[in-house]
Amino acid sequence: MLSPGTTVQADPPAPVVRLPRRRGIEFTLLVVAVLLSVYGYCDVGLARTGSVPPGAAGYGAGLGVLALLAHLAVRLRAPCADPLLLPIAVLLNGLGLVLIYRLDLETPADRAAPTQLVWSTLGFGLFIAVIVLLRDHRVLQRYTYVSVVTALALLVLPIFFPSVNGARIWIRIAGFSIQPGEFAKVMLALFFAGYLAANRNALAYTGRRIWLLQLPTGRVLGPILAVWLLSVGVLVLERDLGTSLLFFGLFVILLYVATGRTGWIAVGLLLAACGAFAVGWLEPHVHSRVEDWLHPFASIEAGRGPNQLAQSLFAFAAGGFLGTGLGSGHSILIGFAVKSDFILATAGEELGLAGLCAIFILYGLLVERGIRAGLALRDPFGRLLAVGLASIVALQVFVIAGGVTGLIPLTGMAMPFLAQGGSSVVTNWIIVALLMRLSDSARGRSEEQQRTEEVAP
Amino acid sequence: MTRYIRHAAAFCALLLLALLVNAARVQIVQARAYDENPANRRHTIARYGQPRGDILVGGRAVTGSRDSGEQFRYERTYKNGPLYAPVTGFASQVYGTSLLEGAADGVLAGTDPALSLLPLWNDLARTRDPGGRVVTTLDAAAQQAAYAGLGARRGAVAALEPSTGRVLALVSTPSYDPGELSGTDSAVARAWARLNGAADRPMLNRAVRQTYPPGSTFKVVTAAAALDSGVVRDLDAPTDSPDPYRLPGSTARLTNEVEGCADASLRYAFQWSCNTVFAGLGVKVGRHAMGSTAAGFGFNDRRLGIPFRVSPSTFDTRVDKAQLALSSIGQYNTRATPLQMAMVAAAVANYGSVRTPYLVERTTTADGDTVSATGQHTLRRAMNPATAVRLRELMTDVVEKGTGTNAAIPGATVGGKSGTAQHGIHNSGTPYAWFISWAQAEDTMEPAVAVAVVVEDAAADRGDISGGGDAAPIARAVMEAVLDR
Repeated sequence: MLSPGTTVQADPPAPVVRLPRRRGIEFTLLVVAVLLSVYGYCDVGLARTGSVPPGAAGYGAGLGVLALLAHLAVRLRAPCADPLLLPIAVLLNGLGLVLIYRLDLETPADRAAPTQLVWSTLGFGLFIAVIVLLRDHRVLQRYTYVSVVTALALLVLPIFFPSVNGARIWIRIAGFSIQPGEFAKVMLALFFAGYLAANRNALAYTGRRIWLLQLPTGRVLGPILAVWLLSVGVLVLERDLGTSLLFFGLFVILLYVATGRTGWIAVGLLLAACGAFAVGWLEPHVHSRVEDWLHPFASIEAGRGPNQLAQSLFAFAAGGFLGTGLGSGHSILIGFAVKSDFILATAGEELGLAGLCAIFILYGLLVERGIRAGLALRDPFGRLLAVGLASIVALQVFVIAGGVTGLIPLTGMAMPFLAQGGSSVVTNWIIVALLMRLSDSARGRSEEQQRTEEVAP
Repeated sequence: MTRYIRHAAAFCALLLLALLVNAARVQIVQARAYDENPANRRHTIARYGQPRGDILVGGRAVTGSRDSGEQFRYERTYKNGPLYAPVTGFASQVYGTSLLEGAADGVLAGTDPALSLLPLWNDLARTRDPGGRVVTTLDAAAQQAAYAGLGARRGAVAALEPSTGRVLALVSTPSYDPGELSGTDSAVARAWARLNGAADRPMLNRAVRQTYPPGSTFKVVTAAAALDSGVVRDLDAPTDSPDPYRLPGSTARLTNEVEGCADASLRYAFQWSCNTVFAGLGVKVGRHAMGSTAAGFGFNDRRLGIPFRVSPSTFDTRVDKAQLALSSIGQYNTRATPLQMAMVAAAVANYGSVRTPYLVERTTTADGDTVSATGQHTLRRAMNPATAVRLRELMTDVVEKGTGTNAAIPGATVGGKSGTAQHGIHNSGTPYAWFISWAQAEDTMEPAVAVAVVVEDAAADRGDISGGGDAAPIARAVMEAVLDR
C-alpha cells in the first residue's frame, strides 16, 4: 500500500489497462438466445397444429424478462464476468423448455413444462441472488466443512423416503419432488476445492514414497478419502450410479489438478475399473444396464420389443444429419423418462446431428469458459472451484449423453438445463452463477487492483 | 497448477470429442440399419403419416384415405372394396400390405425415389413425397360383369386384352372388404381372424394365386402341340383313337361323356371334347413337345408378376405315358391359374403369340406426372400363326355349335372352350366348371378380349356341360362388357 507523501517512489503506476467488459456482447447474445427459444416454441406449434401456440408471446416475454434481470444483475455486480456463460445457460434452458413443451403435447395427461418453468424462474432468481449477494468467492472457502456436512446430509436424506423407479434419490415435500443429490454436487465441489486448496502442499510433498507413488500422510488424505467413499457408498445404496460416477470423476480431477501427480490418476482409474467391474457384475440393476449397453437389441431378438436404449438409438438414427424438425419426431416412443434422462434423444431426432453438435458445443463452451476462469484466477481455492464446477458439467454431459447414445452404459442423470427436473435446473443455475462470479474475479482482478491503487488515500 | 488445469481441460475436450464421434456414428453411419430395424415403428408411423396415393380404375380412384387422428394416422378406405379386392389387396396398419398395395407400395406411400426430383435432399432432410398414384389397366365394366356373374358362387375370372397383355378384369369370389383391415382397433384384429378362419377363404385371390386342374380347357394346348408338331395335319382326318382309350402301360380305361369319339377328327373331338382323342394325341406328341408348347403358353413360369406374384401354373414333364395322357386332358399334375388360362385363350386369339400380362398401366406422382409407364412386354410365341388360325376356327366352332353356345355374342366372333375338372380323392369333389374364350368385334382387326372363368361349386355334374352351362354365361358377360366399351 502506498501512502501519500511517500517519497520512496517505486515503479511508476502501471497504465490503466481497461479490459473490455463485453456486456454489450452478452446482451446481444441474450437477445439471440431468447429469440431462438421463442422460434423453437413457435416451430413446435406450427409443426403440430399448424398455428403459433397461444403461449408463445408469454413464453418469450417471460424468458426475456428473466434474462434481462439476470443481465442487469451481472452489469451491476459482476461487470467483468465472461459474456458467454449467461447466454449459453439461457439458450439451453429455453431449448429445454421447448423440448419438454413439445413432449407434453404427446402426453396430455402429464404436463411437465409449467413445473419446469417455475423451477427455471427459481433458478434465475438464485442466479441473481448469488451474483448480488456473493461479492467475493473467497468467502466460500470459510464454509469448507459446513459444505461437506450439508452435502452428506443431503445425500443421506432420500434414504428415508420411498424409492421411485428403482432409485432412492428423491424426497417429496408438498407435492414437489426434490433430488438432494443435485445440490450436494455443488457442496461437494466446494468442499473438495476448499480442502485441497488448504492441504495441497501436504498432499503433494509429504508422506512416504512407495514405488512411483508419493503417499501423503493419513492425517491429510484420510478425511477427504472418507468423504468421498461415504458419498459414493451412499449413492450406490441409493442406486444413483450416474452421480456416484460424477463424484468419482470430480474427486480424481481435482486431486490431480491440486497435486499434479499422475499417479493419482492411475490409482483413480484402477479403483474405478475395479469398482465398476464389481458393481456391474454383482448388482443386478447395474448388470442389466451393462447388458443393455453391450446388446441394445437383445430384447428385440428375444421378442420383447425394443427397450429404452434401443428406442433412444432409433430416435437418434431417425434424426440423421438435419433432423425431422421440432415437433415432427417420434421420440415419445421411448416412453418413460423421455423428458428427463432421454431428453437428448428428442433433440437428436428433431434437430439432427447438426443440432446435437450445436448443443454439445454449447456445453463445451460452458466448460471451457469455466476452466478459463480457473486459469486466470490466482488463488488456489478459486482455481480449484472453477475447474471443479466446470468438470461437473463436463462429466454430467458425458455420462448422460454417452449413455443415451450407447457410448457407455446408461446411468440415469439429467442433461444440464435441458432435462426435466427442478433440482437439476436450480443447481445448474447456481453453478453458472458461481462460474460468473469466478470469471468476474479473474478478469476484473487487474482492473480492481489498479483502481484501489489509484483511489487509495 | 496451470499445467494440470490445462490437462483437465484437454480431458474434457476428449470427452466432448468422443460424444461427437459417437453421435455421428449413431446418426449417420448406423442410421440406416437402425431405421430399418423391424422393431422401429417410425417407418410405419411415417408411412401412415400422410394420405396414401390412390389406385385408379378407368380414371377413378377405387381407394381413399381417412384421417383417424391416431398415431398411425391415415387409414385406407376402399370404394367397392370386395369388387376390387383381388386387385388392390389391403393396406393395413397392423397386417401390412398385399397385392397392388404391396407391389406398388413405394409409389403409394411416397417412398419411391422416382417420385422425387431431389431424392438425395429428401434423404438428408427426412422429408417424404406425397403418395403417388397407380393407374390400372382394369376395365370397370368387365370387372363389374365378372363379379356380378359369379355372384354368390366360389370362383374366379381373369380377362386380358390379347394384343397387349393388359389385364381387363381380375375377380375372385367370395371376396371381402379390405377396408375392414385398415386401422388399429380391435375390430381389425377380429376381421383378420374371421377372414383367415373362414372356410371359403375370401382373402385368397383365386384368379392369380390359386391353381386348378384346367380340365378340358387344356385341350387347346394339346391341340396346338399336335398341330405344331405335325401329329395332326388335317383337322377333319380321323385321328386313330380308340374309345375307350386304355392308358399306356396300365389297365385303366379312359372314356368320354359324349358319343362318336372313336377315331374322331380333331374338329369333332375339340367341338365335343373327346377325352380319348386328346389323351392319345398327347402321348403321340410326346412329353417334351407337350412340355415346350405348354411353356410357350406360360406354364412352369415361376417369375410371372403383374406386378404382384402370380402362382406358377404347372405342366409336369417327368411323367410316364399314362400320366402324360391324363396331363394332356388337363388332369393329373396339370394345374393352371385362371390368369394362365386367359393367356391360353389370348394366344389363340392373337395368332399364336402371347403378351406378358400386366395390371399397372403407369404410375404417377400425386400431381399426375408419369413416374413410370409399362413398356413393351415380352412376346412369347406359343404356336405357329397357321396353327393359331386353325385353333381359332376350332374354338369358334365350339361356340357356334358345340359345348359353348352360351358364350355366343351377336355381331362378334367368339371362340371358346369349356372344361370340367375332376379333383379330389378318386375325383370325389364337385367338378370345377371352366370356360375360356376370346371375342373380336366384326369390324375390327384385333380380338378385344380373352377371358377365363372358373366356378368351383358348379351345381351341374355332367361333364363338359357344366363348363358351358355355368361358366360360359359369365365369360359372355365379361366379353360383352369389353366389346360395348
